[in-house]
Amino acid sequence: MSALLRLEGIEAGYGDMTAVRGVSLEVRAGEIVALIGSNGAGKTTTLRAISGLIPLRGGRLELDGRRLEGATPAAIVAGGVAHVPEGRQLFPSMTVEENLWLGARTAESRRRRAETWERVVALFPRLAERRRQLAGTLSGGEQQMAAIGRALMARPRLLMLDEPSLGLAPVVVSAIFENLARINEDGVTILLVEQNVPRALRLSHRAYVLENGTIALAGESGRLLADEAIRRAYFGG
Amino acid sequence: MLLLQGALSGVLFGGVYSLMAVGLTLIFGVMRVVNFAHGDMMVWGMYLAFLLATGAGVDPYLAFVVCAAALFVLGFAVQRALVDRILAAPHEMQILLMLGVALVLENLALVAFGPEPTRVRSPLSEATIWLGPVFVDVARLVAFGVASALTLALYLFLFRTDLGRTMRAAADNTYGALVIGTDVRRVYAVAFGVGAACVGAAGALVAPILPFQPPTGLSLSVTSFNIVIIGGMGSLLGAFVGGLLVSVAESLGAVFLKPSLKELFSFSLLILILLVRPAGLFGRRAS
Repeated sequence: MSALLRLEGIEAGYGDMTAVRGVSLEVRAGEIVALIGSNGAGKTTTLRAISGLIPLRGGRLELDGRRLEGATPAAIVAGGVAHVPEGRQLFPSMTVEENLWLGARTAESRRRRAETWERVVALFPRLAERRRQLAGTLSGGEQQMAAIGRALMARPRLLMLDEPSLGLAPVVVSAIFENLARINEDGVTILLVEQNVPRALRLSHRAYVLENGTIALAGESGRLLADEAIRRAYFGG
Repeated sequence: MLLLQGALSGVLFGGVYSLMAVGLTLIFGVMRVVNFAHGDMMVWGMYLAFLLATGAGVDPYLAFVVCAAALFVLGFAVQRALVDRILAAPHEMQILLMLGVALVLENLALVAFGPEPTRVRSPLSEATIWLGPVFVDVARLVAFGVASALTLALYLFLFRTDLGRTMRAAADNTYGALVIGTDVRRVYAVAFGVGAACVGAAGALVAPILPFQPPTGLSLSVTSFNIVIIGGMGSLLGAFVGGLLVSVAESLGAVFLKPSLKELFSFSLLILILLVRPAGLFGRRAS
């Protein structure tokens, strides 16, 4: 199977600090891939480097076989990658509807905006109820739904999510994860960064474990979940 | 009666103040940079209207379109060439740069037009209409109408168009705007251009009412800041209401004290409002 996204030995960081050193991974079309690891392992940095939000200091970044090192965030989004960032990063003083509409930036996604909106609110009916409400007044779970909805409005081929469960009640997390599975069944490939390791492994097909900025372990999620030694070493259980 | 007349003149002139302040607050709201060259840009709008009137016989009430377009280009270029480099710099750096731009614009105007006060003639600027006991200056009425229409148009642009919404999004959460793939640099340059276009139009509209000379820019900048702070930094509605309030205060000050003391009223208003609402009338407290 061909890789939709391929990273080869990427390096990235902030100032003097290198947070990601030599990370290689690939995400194949149709997969859900989890990227797990402890705080500060470099998960967020990896996603930000893929999105072009921080510069790559080395390595190869390929989307569908096209080299994308040094591309702007706008070019990455236009290439079909949507990023649901840590902390959601909505536009708090704009309405839910405006937040979502802004997610459609390419000519194609703009033209099909009304149609995509219908698909998104079918997944998250709450967003339709709250469409005129300011995003800053939403609950945490609703904000996460709005952030995912905004990313879906770009009609991405690859959806990257950074800690979508952070700070949310378990029942809300379950609802969001169910929807991620449905989004994937609709043909969207997913790269998921998550601290809730058991949940991430149950949802994903394959997983990479990041440790100190490098890939320490990779494999099929079911096997990682089942392996006692791995569970003790990495997931504290 | 004097009070009514003063208030009416104030409100009518206030439309232009509002437009000027809306431009400043837009630039500040989107990129957190205070345009200290705002008044000097406006003076260039005035001189452009003057050139169009004397050179081509264009009435300033039509020339405002050209002035707005020219100032858009100037604002866009200043943002791309200069402001873009200091967005992440400390505030004092930004102030120095913008004051530098202001000095360059003012002195270029001095070189080009000399220090004497200038005024643009328009057939409208002599006409008045009597409305019962008070008279309405037609020039001010037209300026008010056009300025209010432009402010409304800007509002519609920001709330009803994709580019306008993107501008508000970049103002609301720059990182969020980057994440969804916004070309934030372009949005910033357009926002600066639109803010400058506001004073380009405002300059053309007041050119027949207010005699001007190159140093007028400084006092216009100061008035703009006053309005924006009264209204709340970054608030469009605040800039609009603040423009009317400050203009009425100045007009009443001119009537009841003397014209040279009109600022006494508007700055007293500023102090008063800051005492009661430190974030301005429509400002949100920094979180």
